[in-house]
Amino acid sequence: GPYQPHEPGYGLDQPGYSPYEDEIPDPEARMLAIKNAKAYLLQTSTKSGLNLYDHFANILTKVLDEQPTNTVDIIEDISKDVKWAQFRKKMDTLRDEHLILPTFEAAEKCKALFVKDAAEEEREELDEEMGQPSLPNVMETAFYFEQAGIGLDKDECYYIFLSLKNLINVQPIETCRFWGKILGLEMNYIIAEVQLHEGEGGEEEEAAEEEEETAVEEEKEMGEGEEEGEEKEKEAEPPKSTYKPPPEIPKEENGTGTNKYIYFVCNEPGKPWVKLPPVTPAQIVCARKIKKFFTGRLDAPIVSFPPFPGNEANYLRAQIARISAGTHVSPTGFYQFANEDEEEDEGDDYEENPEFEPPPVAEMVESLATWAHHVKGILKQGRCVWINPSQKSDENEEEEEEEEEDKDEEGDEHEEERGLPLFTLISEDEGIKNIPAWTARASTNLIPQYSVAILQSNRWPGAYAFASGRKFDNIYFGWGHKYSPESHTPALPPAAQAEYPIGPGITETVDPTVEEELAFKIAQEEALAEEEEEGEEEEVEDD
Amino acid sequence: YRFERVWFWGCIQGLRGAYYIAEGLGPNRAAPRSRLYSLNCLDWSLLTPAPKEMLALAEQLKGRFQGDPSFEYSLTEINAEAAARLTEGGMEPVIKEEARLIATIEQIDRAVGIVPRGAFVKTPLGSVHENRHFEGLSLLEAKKLSSYFHFTEPVNLKNKTLLEKANLDPSTDFLDSLEHDIPRGSWSIQLEKGGTVVVLRSLLWLGLTFYHVPMTKQFGYVYFGTGEKNLDLPFML
Repeated sequence: GPYQPHEPGYGLDQPGYSPYEDEIPDPEARMLAIKNAKAYLLQTSTKSGLNLYDHFANILTKVLDEQPTNTVDIIEDISKDVKWAQFRKKMDTLRDEHLILPTFEAAEKCKALFVKDAAEEEREELDEEMGQPSLPNVMETAFYFEQAGIGLDKDECYYIFLSLKNLINVQPIETCRFWGKILGLEMNYIIAEVQLHEGEGGEEEEAAEEEEETAVEEEKEMGEGEEEGEEKEKEAEPPKSTYKPPPEIPKEENGTGTNKYIYFVCNEPGKPWVKLPPVTPAQIVCARKIKKFFTGRLDAPIVSFPPFPGNEANYLRAQIARISAGTHVSPTGFYQFANEDEEEDEGDDYEENPEFEPPPVAEMVESLATWAHHVKGILKQGRCVWINPSQKSDENEEEEEEEEEDKDEEGDEHEEERGLPLFTLISEDEGIKNIPAWTARASTNLIPQYSVAILQSNRWPGAYAFASGRKFDNIYFGWGHKYSPESHTPALPPAAQAEYPIGPGITETVDPTVEEELAFKIAQEEALAEEEEEGEEEEVEDD
Repeated sequence: YRFERVWFWGCIQGLRGAYYIAEGLGPNRAAPRSRLYSLNCLDWSLLTPAPKEMLALAEQLKGRFQGDPSFEYSLTEINAEAAARLTEGGMEPVIKEEARLIATIEQIDRAVGIVPRGAFVKTPLGSVHENRHFEGLSLLEAKKLSSYFHFTEPVNLKNKTLLEKANLDPSTDFLDSLEHDIPRGSWSIQLEKGGTVVVLRSLLWLGLTFYHVPMTKQFGYVYFGTGEKNLDLPFML
């Protein structure tokens, strides 16, 4: 046939001596040979329905179209891709749903940030009369932090800037600050620290408190009804628990202490801001004992031991309070007490000191005494100002008797806790083991005129502060946990309470043996016999 | 150094200064990497890979890095046996911070150094190259943990059932995927910037961040942190 084996001895490169030439001299047979070769190539495979000719044609088309580098190295991959492409049908009976890329949705949300509507312009005119709330210059702060290598992407900073502006327009805000970003498992939190106009924020809280009080009263009424019912029955009841939970420490008022600022969070700039509830001391005390990652959803439950009283929003608020109390610093002297009398008391109000002279950057880096906390530290109780919990029990009339007993027991336990006064220098912050609490450095050694002093906290990794002349700020970027060189050990569950008081009445003793009983009986009889004899003798004497 | 590729590995924060680390590789991407460190990004010093016993000892050191490469950790507190062995050998029972540095970097790379699936191919001869045909993961694949591999010797690969192995492609699936990392959930996957970038953060080594732009060849990871393993992870999830 047309395929002749190459016979040895023929030189391939010499004209007239190719393997087929002397066997197939005429062009027609040559054409036939070509046609047969092509027919072979066009032979469809029984397995996949493709044929080699088309496959090669597709590969060559693809290679010539795309022109990748080092094609010969990746030719097998290209071949595989072309084969795989066969399975993607271009004409499908079902029309593909037009997939909305998540990118598009996110862009839509961000677009909303950029749009300025008519209502805002009216408000701007009003604000100029009232006094505009201060929108923090997030970009400026970002610039200074960038000198230290800390911060977010410029785009993200700008989006945060715009969403803070939206927040200010929506809520009655007096001062606002970008607090930082806390990372979470599924989503992150962007946090704004805010002070509302006086009287505005209290309304919601009061309504909530009233609801709580009515609920408590209802429960007490229920309790009374139950007690009466039980008295009537007077049957053997299971013993009532004598456990009295420790008195609940009341949370601090809005505007003071741990609740001085109100925090708004959102997952991404462009999403609506959510207000975090005020923090209670119990939450802070519990947050100190647990260490959990944030998932990014505010309503996620916190499963932990000791059980956290609240969900993720409360845990987030508690951690924010701890971080603020531990790491918010300012140059010493920048703030001063509003009333001079309050220096000795535990006052909270401070204002900017107009006579503040900023020390040079080198000094701010070398000595930690140039920095001071301007947020009160949190006591063990979970509040900034100590309160005696047993004072509250006087208000409850129903349980007076029992409370009096308890007061004697617990009155001694609540020692007054004193925290550090407000403007403590950070040089007095304790380190952990041999790790100092703060690390200070200048942003650059090469250009000292424009360098910025940067403080990094070692107790709360992720907390930074910068100072440059009169400007300073604090920020947090991190996971929201305190640093501890030892591993976290969760609290052990408390020992099981005693079910019943142990006494001789119910303590088991070994039954006396028969010999012991006999001996006892004999001893008793002897004693009786002696008494009778004495009695007889006395009778005899009396006569 | 005759590196074909050099990249910035990350930064380990010490108390008094930070270490900036760079890594370099020759033609075989799976070869042991050479690492250099610097305190000011100007002067770089090569880190000599330490022997295994040294690595094991250095793993037991806890606490922050000091920021001074010649700082010595006293071994007697941590592991009395090893200290005794060293003193017998005539050396002082101390570990230098440099050794701890190389041990930490090695651990991090081995534990959480990841690459997307298909980015590297293994030739039949055994050497590993970048896959020039890699066009990036699709958005759907990028959200799944199974599309990312640890770039070290596979541990779990042989344990897979034959059925699973049949679906694998030996040229691209020769590494461990992230799906079976213990503890479950030790990776956080997030899409940022509206889905244009997928970011994976390791929760075991806090500070390791991996990024990938889907449908492109761009990916990489960097470590910015204190260089401490997060041993509290099971309590935190």
